[in-house]
Amino acid sequence: MPVLEPIVELARGLWTTLRSMAEKPVTVQYPEQKRPVKPRFRGRHVLKRYDNGLEKCIGCALCAAACPADAIFVEASENTDEERYSPGDRYASTYEINMLRCIYCGFCEDACPTEAIVLGDNYELSFTDRREAIYPKEMLLEPVPAGGAPTPQKTEPGKFTRSVPEMKDPAD
Amino acid sequence: MTKTVTLTIDDQQVTVPEGTLIVNAAKMVGIDIPVFCYHPKMEPVGMCRQCLVEVGRPAIDRATGQPVLEDGKPKIQFGPKLETACTTPVSEGMVVLTHSEKARAAQKEILEFLLTSHPLDCPVCDKGGECPLQNLTLAYGPAESRFLYSEKHHAEKHVPLGDKIWLDRERCIQCGRCIRFQEIIAGDPVLSFYQRGRDTDIITHSDPPFDSIFSGNTTDICPVGALTTADFRFGARPWEMKAAASICSLCPVGCNLTFNTRREAKAGGKVVIKRAMPRQNEQVNEIWICDRGRFNWHYVEDPSRLTHPLVKKDGKLEKASWSAAIEAAGNQVKGNQVLVVASGRLSNEDLFNLKQLADGLGGEALLYDSLPGGELTTRYGVSAGTNLGDLGAGSAILVAAADLYHEAPIWYLRVKAAAERGANLVIVNPEATRLDKYAKKLVRCGKDEAAAKVRELAAELTAAENLVVFFGRTADRNLAEDCAALLQGREGRANNGLIGVWPRANDQGAWELGYKPVDPSTGSGQALAQAVKGKVVYLAAADPAGDDPQLAEALKGAKAVIVQELFPTKTASLADVVFPAQAFTERDGSYTSGERRVQRFYPATPPLGESRADFAIAAAVAAAAGLEVEGRSALLVMDKLAAAVPAFVGISYRKLAEVTEQWPIVGRGDLYYGGTTYENRQGLGVQLNVSTFKRSNVVRGRAL
Repeated sequence: MPVLEPIVELARGLWTTLRSMAEKPVTVQYPEQKRPVKPRFRGRHVLKRYDNGLEKCIGCALCAAACPADAIFVEASENTDEERYSPGDRYASTYEINMLRCIYCGFCEDACPTEAIVLGDNYELSFTDRREAIYPKEMLLEPVPAGGAPTPQKTEPGKFTRSVPEMKDPAD
Repeated sequence: MTKTVTLTIDDQQVTVPEGTLIVNAAKMVGIDIPVFCYHPKMEPVGMCRQCLVEVGRPAIDRATGQPVLEDGKPKIQFGPKLETACTTPVSEGMVVLTHSEKARAAQKEILEFLLTSHPLDCPVCDKGGECPLQNLTLAYGPAESRFLYSEKHHAEKHVPLGDKIWLDRERCIQCGRCIRFQEIIAGDPVLSFYQRGRDTDIITHSDPPFDSIFSGNTTDICPVGALTTADFRFGARPWEMKAAASICSLCPVGCNLTFNTRREAKAGGKVVIKRAMPRQNEQVNEIWICDRGRFNWHYVEDPSRLTHPLVKKDGKLEKASWSAAIEAAGNQVKGNQVLVVASGRLSNEDLFNLKQLADGLGGEALLYDSLPGGELTTRYGVSAGTNLGDLGAGSAILVAAADLYHEAPIWYLRVKAAAERGANLVIVNPEATRLDKYAKKLVRCGKDEAAAKVRELAAELTAAENLVVFFGRTADRNLAEDCAALLQGREGRANNGLIGVWPRANDQGAWELGYKPVDPSTGSGQALAQAVKGKVVYLAAADPAGDDPQLAEALKGAKAVIVQELFPTKTASLADVVFPAQAFTERDGSYTSGERRVQRFYPATPPLGESRADFAIAAAVAAAAGLEVEGRSALLVMDKLAAAVPAFVGISYRKLAEVTEQWPIVGRGDLYYGGTTYENRQGLGVQLNVSTFKRSNVVRGRAL
């Protein structure tokens, strides 16, 4: 029946509207409410610390070498037991990531021999100026964990001699 | 003509001189055999066993002494065991398999063994990225280790081996390259092995520790990160740095360098030099440099350097614009008697323009140097085709009044090697030097007797086929003349000539351009003090006031003093106009080495502040005084120079940048073989011919 056809179509469309009115909304009230990110999400980088507060980063610059966007700049200096930032001889005295250049590919994470750099779940990056997009080490480092001390630390001589933590399982 | 041998390496036919080692023969045709302990500059020892290959030789019939034939071809008999390619010389008809299953398996196993004791801390190792062990492991090594991690060898990680070199005992693979370098090449046997087996260590037994001016070279040839320099420690990763070719400016040898530069946060975001590395030039420095050249370039980044022109106003030097300073200098030199005093720290181009300025104004150009005999080296100096590396049996070398080890270390190295090849080395010196132990004849005498002693030796020395004479710091005029007299009749012959061990890099260039010594008879400061009276003195890269308080007093009697300098020296503080000059690392130019080789250097870092190149400053002042002097670029100045000075005929920047094949092959792809020395792609330089023209007048005669 050609006369009824448009009415059926109209009712069908309206049914979709009516049905969704009764459904729970998918939107969240960002920024008051935030949706959890997926486990493999790659957000802003965090430089991790060991439990004692020492920085995991040893300034090897392999992240900078792996970075396809040339967003990372690392400059290393030498640790002493008087002023220790990380285990071993070497630490990053300058660590900068240009968040405008970064493509969040996570190659830096893969390259890191100490699992110091991790792409976290922070996706809320904003800056009003290009220079602000360069995140220095202080912004990237995670807070000192409970029980740990901030860096630089004065440490016992001969205790932190190795930069790369010894692997538990050589096959790891 | 040396006998040649033809062999087959991996199905490639190679013809090489008899006695060549398999590893070198393979390298010549581009086949890599991995090595750690072998180095092409040293005798093989076969310690690391990394170069194991399958070697087959034609079977010989004992009865007839003829090769056994099989299907018309010689039958090849392979040994039951693998052989080390670095110790086995080639033989006729030899067949070498470097990549056969058996050879690859052995190479892989050796690497697995080496890695059982290696800490694998490549991320924090200064060698990481240019490490033969890393590269060869990736190319030949196993992907996994079968050894238990807990059994890994642990040792001291930073041992200061002297104040310049650090040793990491864990990383050392006991190849002994450093020990052999010190013993065989440097002649300073200050390193050795200590303990045995897994506990084998490198130790130094000199006091002060690692007492050698060549110590930095051990870090270049160390195939792992066991030896690293304190100067560069954690400075940057090798792949982050750019390379700029340069020439060492600290002595007249003219070693070829490569400066590695990087933009640095510590330096406020500026591009800075991180390290100096040797650059191969087999005719000059081979693949070595001394520690002075490697570490003493830091003065160019000194914070006290001049960045702005200064002009004296009311008795005080004040910052001024370039145009004001040049105008002030131009007014001073115009119409006055001008005396240019330049030092051999300047490049050929700078010295040429300063001489143009002096000649144009009817003044005089002096070289600030006390050593006599400069003009003798322009007549009797070594000429094109000379290579100290060619001297050996049948040659004679006289070293008079010079301590090559301290004054020109690489010449010490090369003269020592020549003496070991059989050259007749004669030393005439008032004091003991490190070269003495290689001398065939040693004459210890005072300064006054030296000339007479050289005359006595003349018959013996001139009998030699080739004769090279070095004269140095404590030589007087008589000695210089007697040294030159030995070389009469040998002018222009390769591998013959007079070499002045000058205190500065480009003194030879100044002599070639016709600069006059301050006082030809004594070289003392008094003559200079007399000369400056009532004149406008134009000083470049020279600090007479700082060197001698008498000269400071004398400079006050000058009509005016104009200075172009890197630093606010004492002389600069007395000046009416001070121009900030660029360091040799910030500009291009060329030096003439003591062996009369003109070599080009290139800019490594941007210039500091408002500083300008010396030749450009001289040209600008000349322009302000109404003269026409080229100052737009070093290249154009060199073109003018080559046209004006007969000795430099045919030299251009393009010519100076030419390179030819050099042996041994070094460079990025061949780190494991020759070390981290840079390959020379930027020019070997050109050695000057001896010219019979009287130069000083020629320069003056040209209207440029």
